[in-house]
Amino acid sequence: MSEILVLVDHVDGEVKKVTLELLTLARSLGTPAAVWAGPGITDAAKARLAEYGAEKIYVEGSGDIVDFVVAPKAELLAHLMAEKSPAAVLVAATSEGKEIAGRLAVKTDSGVITDAVGLGEGFVAEQSIFGGGVNVRSRVRRGTPIVAVRPNSTAPVAAAGAGAEEQVSLMLSGSARGARVLDRVKQEKGARPELTEAAIVVSGGRGVGSAENFSVIEGLADALGAAVGASRAATDAGWYPHQFQVGQTGKTVSPQLYVAAGISGAIQHRAGMQTAKTIVAINKDPEAPIFELADYGVVGDLHQVVPQLAEEVKKRK
Amino acid sequence: MNIVVCVKQVPDTATERKLRSDDKTLDRDAVDGVVNELDEYAVEEALKLKEAHGGEVTVLTMGPGKATETIRKALAMGADKAVHLTDDALHGSDALSTSYALSQALKRIGFDLVVLGSESTDARTGMLPAMLAERLDVPQLTLANKVEIEGGEVVIQRITDYGYDKVAAELPAVLSVVEKINEPRYPSFKGIMAAKKKPVETLAIGDAEIAADQVGLGAAWSEVVEFAAAPPRAAGTIVKDEGDGGQKAADFLASKKFI
Repeated sequence: MSEILVLVDHVDGEVKKVTLELLTLARSLGTPAAVWAGPGITDAAKARLAEYGAEKIYVEGSGDIVDFVVAPKAELLAHLMAEKSPAAVLVAATSEGKEIAGRLAVKTDSGVITDAVGLGEGFVAEQSIFGGGVNVRSRVRRGTPIVAVRPNSTAPVAAAGAGAEEQVSLMLSGSARGARVLDRVKQEKGARPELTEAAIVVSGGRGVGSAENFSVIEGLADALGAAVGASRAATDAGWYPHQFQVGQTGKTVSPQLYVAAGISGAIQHRAGMQTAKTIVAINKDPEAPIFELADYGVVGDLHQVVPQLAEEVKKRK
Repeated sequence: MNIVVCVKQVPDTATERKLRSDDKTLDRDAVDGVVNELDEYAVEEALKLKEAHGGEVTVLTMGPGKATETIRKALAMGADKAVHLTDDALHGSDALSTSYALSQALKRIGFDLVVLGSESTDARTGMLPAMLAERLDVPQLTLANKVEIEGGEVVIQRITDYGYDKVAAELPAVLSVVEKINEPRYPSFKGIMAAKKKPVETLAIGDAEIAADQVGLGAAWSEVVEFAAAPPRAAGTIVKDEGDGGQKAADFLASKKFI
């Protein structure tokens, strides 16, 4: 079977969950080969990639790859596409992943599909568009399919691969050195999982009422081991930082469970969470459109319901 | 400084958006067009950079005739002039074709800095700024929530999952901005009146040396195989809180094995 390149998402030497999902997906369509860009690969990381089916691990470990924005990773993948003639290239549909996919598509004259929530035979991708209102199946018809897959689209399943390491050495072009990273600033996010990767997301909206009251949302999130999100109304009001905004102009999440508290469910918000597998809504307005999406809804005051739910979760765990 | 800001007219997200049954492209006639929201931040940032460093702001849009509404809005906010790339041959262009067509138009216009919103609310691919940087062979300064220019160097804060990267590049460059980088101004009455007299140049594909076989639906690198309205989610259970709403929700979560 043909090789499928999977660009590894890693931070501080750790492989992110989405990469394990992509390897799982790649296994159903060909032979997965992981591509590690940048320094810091560890034996543990290699073992993890092999555990989820990577037959090969291509490593380009030079610092240059990560010291310039996006372009070097696209060059690395283009280099590997020319060398290995893979059947497809998969990246995570994060902001950066999509940018890499875009540049790679231009470089290799190949079609690209973003935000796939599924990928099947013939690399036909499933997408959910217009705020979740329309389901689309699409495919690449020129070049090698490049597909950016949304985190949480598939459950990662282990199945050992050989994990044979192959060093790759790339001569980075001058063009790829255009935008230089001067500094990486890590902002405190605590112990919570990353919003776009989290299996469970608990979000608060206008009904939360104040910045202080977001502690109620955080309390439930921590009980469930979830990430915290916010609606635009809440971020516009300055109650919660903008980077946690879920919706049309914010992050798109596709978790196993999405809990919306005090969120009415306007299209702006729905566009960012409608592909969640299970949705629970808590809102005092029984007419709130969020209840149309909810698998389970509680009409009531979130300030009563959410803390009680958090207590119950802790009790039953 | 010669700044070109790319804006896109998109369907109002408050309306129901559809694909056309004939060619499976977005039905742009059926809905009201508005300026892509993130592009308003791009226009504002372009105007601020011009105010601080001098120069000129040119609006570039690609789209059908009615996209002139979007051009007028950007001009009313304060941009100096506009270029409208419009041609029936462009209909159905995907991101690769669009980036090619825009890059050709940008080469014709000339630029020190191209500014865009980080994504559109219709296609939402988020790829266009990166594709433009690739095609124009200039540095990619994307996903910025802060921009500073000193000498010929631009320094941005690029939003990342963990916080931000401080990134620097020389001009010319492509810049994309995220929501909340600024507070887009409302066009004043004076601005709206002045916009009517500002020059808008219309380009067909030949004017920008855009090859007809590289754009439009026929040239698209990807295609929609089929589409359907998302099936409505099965009606859920809605209960009224009688003092035990949290417990009931916990029962539900337990039944789904989340706890």
